[in-house]
Amino acid sequence: MINSGYFLLGFKSVRSADSPAIALGCSFLAIGALLKNIGFNFQQSFFSTFFTYALPGQLVMAESFLIGASLINIFIGVWLVNARLFPMAVSMFPLLKSHNQPKWKYYLSCHFLAVSSWLIMKKDYRTIDEDYRIDFWIGIGTATWSIAIFSTVLGFVVSDYLSKDMMIGLAIVNPVYFFCMLLGSMKNIVIATSVILGTILGPVFYLVSPEWCILYGGVTAGVIAFLVGEFND
Amino acid sequence: MTDLSSNIILVIAVTSIATYFSRSLGVLFSERIDENSKIFRLFDCIAYSTLAALISKVVVFPAGDLVEASNLIRLIVVLVCVGVFFIAKRNLVYPTVLSAILLTTLIKFV
Repeated sequence: MINSGYFLLGFKSVRSADSPAIALGCSFLAIGALLKNIGFNFQQSFFSTFFTYALPGQLVMAESFLIGASLINIFIGVWLVNARLFPMAVSMFPLLKSHNQPKWKYYLSCHFLAVSSWLIMKKDYRTIDEDYRIDFWIGIGTATWSIAIFSTVLGFVVSDYLSKDMMIGLAIVNPVYFFCMLLGSMKNIVIATSVILGTILGPVFYLVSPEWCILYGGVTAGVIAFLVGEFND
Repeated sequence: MTDLSSNIILVIAVTSIATYFSRSLGVLFSERIDENSKIFRLFDCIAYSTLAALISKVVVFPAGDLVEASNLIRLIVVLVCVGVFFIAKRNLVYPTVLSAILLTTLIKFV
């Protein structure tokens, strides 16, 4: 079924020096506290991260729930903010393809797709035998997903002890960690252009369309970076 | 089961379906894509730039608790942490831990 050696290798990758464990933990700790504050019970907070496992989407869900938005509005809001997962999947799963692996592994493990696991996989996939990359990926995903669930539960439990200042402090950890990780992944001019232009255009497009700014900014920056790469080849 | 509880369960279900939709659609689409193709390279660029756009949007136009910190303070924290990241030879633990401490301190004393 799943090669335990490669699974464990992936699972242990969250213990490395550049592990996303701290950033993930802080972010989902804050989510756990937020969910408790808006009226979710313990089980509901647990299952929110268990089934969704996407921080921006869960934030949109919480904000929409607070203002009493309809289910269809919540669906559209979450889908829009999580639309980034589509290009992330398309730019990663071809690297994991193997004819010796069943398809269910790919469709089940795509639930683990998040910025943290994606960046680890993109960094490490070359070191893993092609036939077992999916098992390595399942290991990474299981580890990051478990950290997120555990931290949500912990955040729910300790929410009464977290001051407003501490919640604000926790909120900056995630963007700082992922920004540094993205800067660290700028190994060639194409990726560097993608990251730099995306960083500039995201907020710029916010002034035009707050709902669509991430997609507009991301796609525009990505297409320009791709053309830069083609021009340089 | 109360109305609120059943509402929350529905909200969690809708959020999970909307999220899985993007992930699984990506897997379905990627079945026909070769890792050496131009379309793969294009999506690779879009994935990196979309993440960068998301992160910078969260810092410059945040929602939730980060709104409480001014734009200047948020930018100072990010810039200092990026500096620490490179000084510490790309170690991610130092800037990550520092970011929370620095932001909390600056909000309290500035």
